[in-house]
Amino acid sequence: MSRTAAKLYTFLIFLFLYAPILVLIVFSFNDTETASRTVFSGFSLRWYEKLFQDRLILEALRNTLIIAVAAAAASTVLGTMAAIGINSMKRLPKRIMMNITNFPMVNPEIVTGVSMMLLFVFAVGVFGGRSLGMGSIIAAHITFCLPYVILQVLPKLRQMDPALYEAAQDLGCPPVKAFFKVVLPEIMPGIVTGMIMAFTLSIDDFVISYFTSGTTQTLPIYIYSMTRKRVSPEINALSTVLFAAVMVLLIIVNVRSSGQKAEKGGERG
Amino acid sequence: MKTNSKLLSAPYTVWMTIFIVLPMVLVAYFAFTDKQGAFTLENILSVGQYSNVFLRSIWLGAVATAICLVLGYPMAYIIAKLPAKRQSVMVMLVMLPMWMNFLLRTYAWMTLLEDNGLINAVLSAVGLPKVHMINTAGAVVLGMVYNYIPYMVLPLYSVLTKIDGSVIEAAQDLGASDRKVFLKVVVPMSMPGIISGVTMVFVPAVSTFIISKMLGGGGNLLIGDLIDMQFLGSAYNPNLGSAISLVLMVIILICMGIMNQFDDGEDEGKGGIML
Repeated sequence: MSRTAAKLYTFLIFLFLYAPILVLIVFSFNDTETASRTVFSGFSLRWYEKLFQDRLILEALRNTLIIAVAAAAASTVLGTMAAIGINSMKRLPKRIMMNITNFPMVNPEIVTGVSMMLLFVFAVGVFGGRSLGMGSIIAAHITFCLPYVILQVLPKLRQMDPALYEAAQDLGCPPVKAFFKVVLPEIMPGIVTGMIMAFTLSIDDFVISYFTSGTTQTLPIYIYSMTRKRVSPEINALSTVLFAAVMVLLIIVNVRSSGQKAEKGGERG
Repeated sequence: MKTNSKLLSAPYTVWMTIFIVLPMVLVAYFAFTDKQGAFTLENILSVGQYSNVFLRSIWLGAVATAICLVLGYPMAYIIAKLPAKRQSVMVMLVMLPMWMNFLLRTYAWMTLLEDNGLINAVLSAVGLPKVHMINTAGAVVLGMVYNYIPYMVLPLYSVLTKIDGSVIEAAQDLGASDRKVFLKVVVPMSMPGIISGVTMVFVPAVSTFIISKMLGGGGNLLIGDLIDMQFLGSAYNPNLGSAISLVLMVIILICMGIMNQFDDGEDEGKGGIML
């Protein structure tokens, strides 16, 4: 393929990927009463003002963040422990565990969501207690985040030289201390990546939350109801704010990791 | 140490039993029972009534997957040929739209494709007739391609970068034409990437219900919409919904089984797809 053809192709693909987002962002600044989506009639921040006065949105945002923090924390701890356990297993049990781990990633999301809804409805029916809400969403999010954490931590454990841990113990370090001083620093990059993935997956999730939330609103669920009933540039403003937040987060993560790389250089991997 | 570490995965095992295995058992239970809880095959049998919906989902999913492959392969190839530093920037640019919520990305297309939308406004501004795009099967396919194409590009890119350049040179030295090098060397070597890309696009595309709802109107019902209707929609019937879910899972398992026939024994854990 010639150079110019490659450049043109790349340009067209990126145009396809970014044009809809750009249009969305541009129209979030549209100054119009009738919420026209084709005529740009001047710059205004009115939809942003409206957005930040919308109590339902702010509550949905709060719920989303609580769920994401809880799900990321729990799935990181559980997932790291699981990865260490799986890593020390023999072939057959390891295979069984990996199959269970991979299952939710391969299974259609809607089926996972529906099956968990059945579980929670069943549990309420049997044990009583409150109906679906924050608790069930958090449990569901922990479940779909766990495989991602495990798949990030396992390769780091596999790369690690087991002799390091044994050497620490031979030198008189108790196993628990050896774990925190030797193993944990080695697998830390995997744990952090897994946690970030869990956090973002949780924030972004719609399908599984939709089936397990009952009447609780999360941001994606709220967005869904907005697109169903009325058309308002408020959605555009919300998209823009979210996109900007993600960009800032990504830049922070990138700066952090490139800073780490520069710092390292020495013996730590 | 060994026995101790194995115990660490016990909480995970318990968790997955409760939240993955048990729910699946419940789906199977609901699929084979009626509202009173008595065994019946009626639900499974009545899934047959919806064969047109199943065929439509599989057809649209397959078309979207094919388009993703055709559009995504050259993109992945171009990125893989760039200098290493530019590669990571380009990969990030491919990923970036995925950080915007799925619903918002689909909503963006809604505003573009509408009868009074931006594309039609541009068309009539240059004097061309308006085109009806929203609420058609084509719009649904477009939504699928737009949302899932990064899932195709990334695995393709990661296999293509690993292909040893000297293998291609060897083929050229031995007199193979560019076309032949591509078809006989590059494509076979990128097969694992093609397989994981196709799986990662096809599975969500077949089971989606938002894209069809937002871009397909009411006339392009997919399997996902059918399931949604049985659980949270007007046609409340979890037994039938479970039966449809079960059939959907079986179809996807069969598709993946077929795909894996093309894969020549890759080691476990593909990984490294996101971030």
